Amino acid sequence: MNEATATVSDTDTAAPAALDVLGVGHRYGARVALRDVSFSVRPASFTVLLGLNGAGKSTLFSLITRLYAIREGRIRILGHDVAREPGAALSQLGVVFQSRALDVDISVQQNLIYHAALHGIGRRKADEQIARVLTLVDLTDRRHERVNNLSGGQMRRVEIARALLHQPQLLLLDEPTVGLDIKSRADILGHVRRLLQSGIGVLWATHLIDEVGDNDDVVVLHNGRVLAKGAVGSVVATANAPNIGSAFTRLTQADTVAGAGA
Amino acid sequence: MTTTATPAPHRLTPTQYWICLCGIVWREALRFIHQRERFISALVRPLVWLFIFAAGFRQVLGVSIIPPYDTYVLYEVYIAPGLIAMIQLFNGMQSSLTMVYDRETGGMRTLLVSPFPRWWLLTSKLLAGTMVSILQVYAFLLIAWFWDVEVPPVGYVLVIPALLLSGFMLGALGMLISSLIKQLENFAGVMNFVIFPMFFASSALYPLWRVKESSPFLYYVCEANPFTHVTELIRFALYGKVEWVSLAVVAGCAVVFLCGAIIAYDPSRGFLARRGGPGG
Repeated sequence: MNEATATVSDTDTAAPAALDVLGVGHRYGARVALRDVSFSVRPASFTVLLGLNGAGKSTLFSLITRLYAIREGRIRILGHDVAREPGAALSQLGVVFQSRALDVDISVQQNLIYHAALHGIGRRKADEQIARVLTLVDLTDRRHERVNNLSGGQMRRVEIARALLHQPQLLLLDEPTVGLDIKSRADILGHVRRLLQSGIGVLWATHLIDEVGDNDDVVVLHNGRVLAKGAVGSVVATANAPNIGSAFTRLTQADTVAGAGA
Repeated sequence: MTTTATPAPHRLTPTQYWICLCGIVWREALRFIHQRERFISALVRPLVWLFIFAAGFRQVLGVSIIPPYDTYVLYEVYIAPGLIAMIQLFNGMQSSLTMVYDRETGGMRTLLVSPFPRWWLLTSKLLAGTMVSILQVYAFLLIAWFWDVEVPPVGYVLVIPALLLSGFMLGALGMLISSLIKQLENFAGVMNFVIFPMFFASSALYPLWRVKESSPFLYYVCEANPFTHVTELIRFALYGKVEWVSLAVVAGCAVVFLCGAIIAYDPSRGFLARRGGPGG
């Protein structure tokens, strides 16, 4: 097994990490979906959770968001344990799920007001926050548009705006660019990267290598296990590869071969 | 890794709970307004029973003087409470269908990742569905009034608590069922195995003494059916009276179904996490 153990995400710090995943496992009946998964996301950092389909990314997201119970290990958001203090943990979390979850029959604003209410934000403050987040994703002029009339990329941006409405400190995005054209993908990636200036930590799950930036942190997930984690440069160096694409291929292929031989 | 800073405590205020409830009710109302066909079909169903079935069976199914009625009543008047309960039953199942749909499309996740406790989110959703069902009931009562189906004027107000409780109970049943259904396609089974048996094996269409005359076994089945008690609770409330046994049964069932739904949607105990991964 190739296990890169870069230290970027494991440094001691006085402030809590945006996200700590500590020894997390999950199984569906007899099938193991995640095994001893550990990594951290620092505030104001962009961490890419890189894995093929079926690697366990969505299961991990379901555990972080408490859709599934955490039976093995611990998950902390801004220091709040998701299992013990779900309200405190989830209040710091913004999520964009893989499948779109907007009410298409109502307007952008109405979708956002509903989400604000789900976080206990009253109408007046919600209006201010809606103006703020729509500016962040360049959709101010579509505020009163029915969601049904938006393009796929614009819907994704509305979902990002929705995830930011309650000013979370951690943003999770599960394959947010799936099904979008190149320009929309670049737009969304750009919008999310700009959010780092506000100090938010981002965990971006994808299987698309070209979405990994040079300065990002990477967690390589394969068959439910973390094969490598750390800054892109250190993961590339540990895998003895010329770039992150090759490193990912080498790591996952070696793991698959090792698994077949076991 | 070590983290030494203590996170700030987090406490949601009663005002925030209220905002959350209002938001969920508002969203359900918006959805209802945008789905006109849902409103029309919810009204057409009981009206067909009232205009066609009741008119046709008026002469066949005579009704003797039984509480809460003080005199002989038309068959249309007798079945009106059952049809009101039917509206709420279908609305509860419709809400459950919506929850399965929301789960498939991801809308349910948006609700469940809210920082509010899950029991509050589910209770708010139930209340929202109940409000919508009460709007449907009053639209039905208005049309039925033109069809000479009248109750004492005060009954139109006194029935509200009964409608709240019965709508809540039937919604909780729907929510519990929705947790057991994995895919939208399986929902047709609910029609066959829940809605129809509940409706027909009840006092909605015929008084139980008539059922007892023809089949004592069916009579006990009807007596054990919570929908019978929903119907009787509404029937008595429309005449300003309380059917205490029905009230107890409906309230008890509401608590049991709600607890079941909360457990089913609880990530540590529910069924959702055991059913295979989301993929990816």
